[in-house]
Amino acid sequence: MTSIAKPPVKHPGLPKNGLGLTKRDYEGAMSTLCAGCGHDSVTAALISAFWELDVPPHKAAKMSGIGCSSKTTAYFMKQSHGFNSVHGRMPSLTSGANAANRSLMYIGISGDGDSLSIGLGQLCHAIRRNVHMLYLIENNGVYGLTKGQFSASADVGSTAKKGEANQNAPIDPILLALTLGATFVARSFSGDKTQLVPILKAGLRHNGFALIDIISPCVSFNDHEGSTKSYKFTREHEVELAPVDFVPLRKEISAEQKDAGGVTSVSMHDGSVVRFRKTPESYDATDRNTAYTHVKECHDRGEIATGLLYLEEGSTSEMHTLNKTVETPLVDVPYGELCPGSGALAELMGEYR
Amino acid sequence: MSSTNDFAFKIATVNGTGSASANTLVMQSIFRMGIPVTGKNVFPSNIQGLPTWYEVRVSGDGWNARRQEIDLVIAMNPETYAKDVAAVRSGGYLLYDSTWPLPSALERDDINIIGVPCGEMCVNAFERDRDRVLLRNIVYTGALAALIGIDTDIIDALLTEKFSKKKKLLDANFKAVRLGYDYAAKHYECPLPFSLSPLNKTSGHILMDGNTAFGLGAVFAGATVGAWYPITPSTSLMDAFTAFCKKYRTNADGTKKYLIIQAEDELAAAGMVIGANWAGARAFTATAGPGISLMQEFIGLAYYAEMPAVVVDVQRVGPSTGMPTRTQQADLLACAYASHGDTKHICLYPSDPAECFTMAPMSFDLAETFMTPVFVLSDLDIGMNDWMIPKLEWDDSYVPARGNVLTAEQVAEISKWSRFHDTGGGIPSRTLPGSGGKGAFFTRGSGHSLSGAYTEDSAEYQAVLDRIALKFKTAEGAVPKPEFHGSGDNEIGLVALGGTRGAVIEAMDRLESQGVTCDFMRIKAFPFGPEVTEFLESHDKLFVVEQNRDAQLRSMIAIETGTARDKMIPVLDYAGLPLTPAVVVDGVRAGLGQTQQLAGVQS
Repeated sequence: MTSIAKPPVKHPGLPKNGLGLTKRDYEGAMSTLCAGCGHDSVTAALISAFWELDVPPHKAAKMSGIGCSSKTTAYFMKQSHGFNSVHGRMPSLTSGANAANRSLMYIGISGDGDSLSIGLGQLCHAIRRNVHMLYLIENNGVYGLTKGQFSASADVGSTAKKGEANQNAPIDPILLALTLGATFVARSFSGDKTQLVPILKAGLRHNGFALIDIISPCVSFNDHEGSTKSYKFTREHEVELAPVDFVPLRKEISAEQKDAGGVTSVSMHDGSVVRFRKTPESYDATDRNTAYTHVKECHDRGEIATGLLYLEEGSTSEMHTLNKTVETPLVDVPYGELCPGSGALAELMGEYR
Repeated sequence: MSSTNDFAFKIATVNGTGSASANTLVMQSIFRMGIPVTGKNVFPSNIQGLPTWYEVRVSGDGWNARRQEIDLVIAMNPETYAKDVAAVRSGGYLLYDSTWPLPSALERDDINIIGVPCGEMCVNAFERDRDRVLLRNIVYTGALAALIGIDTDIIDALLTEKFSKKKKLLDANFKAVRLGYDYAAKHYECPLPFSLSPLNKTSGHILMDGNTAFGLGAVFAGATVGAWYPITPSTSLMDAFTAFCKKYRTNADGTKKYLIIQAEDELAAAGMVIGANWAGARAFTATAGPGISLMQEFIGLAYYAEMPAVVVDVQRVGPSTGMPTRTQQADLLACAYASHGDTKHICLYPSDPAECFTMAPMSFDLAETFMTPVFVLSDLDIGMNDWMIPKLEWDDSYVPARGNVLTAEQVAEISKWSRFHDTGGGIPSRTLPGSGGKGAFFTRGSGHSLSGAYTEDSAEYQAVLDRIALKFKTAEGAVPKPEFHGSGDNEIGLVALGGTRGAVIEAMDRLESQGVTCDFMRIKAFPFGPEVTEFLESHDKLFVVEQNRDAQLRSMIAIETGTARDKMIPVLDYAGLPLTPAVVVDGVRAGLGQTQQLAGVQS
């Protein structure tokens, strides 16, 4: 079978964004995932986020590895280039692409198998390198395409469809990312679009590596009693710790809004603002240790902490910033500026005698 | 036996004690006397404390292959005295540090022994421990200068260039040279029966290693992204690229027109290179055999998704970790057919550092034109040893061949375009991310149709695979043609590739003097073109000379050209050291039934 294109139906009344585009312009091919898959909700949230941020589709690049989650890059923004690569290797591919052309908005979509097992090393090093990209883990605790094996994010005691319980300790991507020095760390739930869209928008505008772990239940293999990555379990155990609004630069921000009761604001690299709502007083999302402790404590209580859990304000460790790369994307630097020429070579030869 | 400008000597030291700089000093001095010289470093995979050797061949006639027969051994490492004494040819000389006496059991009646108390003189002449260790190397250099006739003015000039800003160190070095020189001149008859006499055969030439040359070539080729993982013997290639980028690509405000990433492993390095090429940059990686093994998965992706990538394999001895600091040509098959499924890759085989430089832009041109990975197979001998090569030159009219990439203007005018359709010779066209929505396509390693859509349809899948095969066939006409030596009319044809060139040409000369005349074809690239097949067909007896155990080049020739294996006699050398002409001469003569001796592991 081939991929299924959506019929080009026009809806003249659809709202348009700042570029004059409707949400339909941000759609992709028809999803071939199972009906009710959490990943499709994430795709829908991504379409909203890109549309609301007025991102020209051709200025985005969609990167993925292998697995159900990785297939979803085909299901949104058909006018963006996409690269569905090999299992667990999307981070390196994106690092290289970003090195070559820093002007694109990179979104990497991965899953718990792709990121936490076969690709764990690449994920860790992309975080350390602080590659400017939005990195989503569509986390369902299970290998779907190969029909239901546990992944490395499965909780101890969580059961598979046929009943056997996982006995190996899980890898929590949030705690991992906090430990590795990630500058933007969030967790959300595919079933909570209100929370997810602002986080996606903030992540897309973060100048560096933005990790969002999204609990995204697998309706075929991991949505049953005994699973800790099911819709029911997640709804009952989600603790929204750091809910946010994202205010892009182009919208005016008033002083009142900024410090209204219980709301704290964090400025992004480009002047946009993330506003934390209803955050518990003890929680400081710009403090790595606080974030780590809270997430760990929630987990120990059997709860799932969600929201924008950590954001490094004024981060300057992005890959190109550290390298001092020219602002012009390297792909656009003319060859004449790259080749030293025959004169320079002739002069250099004197050093090799 | 006396000879001028035609001998070989070997320096035995301990690594990490400063002997490498002394070795370079000796080699450069001879080169500046206008005499062709070759240096081969035989070193351990170790940072400090293990034996290391440096073999220098002086050849007024310009032969650059390694020579097995050693006229003089400079034995500065008591640990290896036994081996070093044994290495001297009968009638040759041994120079040793008499601070540590040579055990009498090791003495040989058929060689001449020269004792110079280098260590003792250093202890007496210098205060600091560090100087006493490091300058010992300069003392034997001085002694060597007296014994073989190195011009000490040239040594002084080289030292002055090196230590111009460190007056104290310079003076200490001058003193050390004199100590060794005067001792040897006073106690022994100088020069020895073999010695140097100035020539004018090195002007217009330089001394450079292949890793430096490729790193430089990559800068001239316009590569902007390098990704790599440290591995001997390729590390100095990316070091050179980094240094040249720093020199030529840094703006006055400190901003850089390049980005080099030290990756977490070779898998990631390959991924970064492919990602950067996908985005439109010229990007490459340098590695060795173990890295090639790790990159297989990504190589297959680049082949099938038709993305350019340049991979330099500075070959070392395998299998597995093998001997990291020894040389071999044993990755021929691993590169030519890298990755699972039906794959074939363009490979370039430089024979010396000069070709490492010219093949750098060539590799990027081929990778981008054919939208496929290109391997450059150097080896430790080419990559890490200094070779005498003509001065590198650059043609300013060079325009990079970027392949059939649609411009943003062309993308804007697209009404119907598909990524994988043949635009001629099996080569498709591509667009770059960011160049416009109409040219957007989905790159995938999964089954795809000519339009780039996911497919599990047999006919759609085959259409793409067959076109890629056609593309590979077209590449035959674009890769460099072989180099030929000999009249072409001989019955015997020698076939080789890479850095064994010099040894084979010298062997031809020796064989001719023994009444055996041969032709020689040096293959420069894979796929093999019609010129290769023609040579194979026009010679009745073929000898395929290569540095691996399993006759990999012979297998490739048999697979690709259908040449009968019986017709191709393997001449193999896989001991890990640069090839000597003797191995080729012995191999050919054995193959002709002229001796009973079989070619194989050289001593």
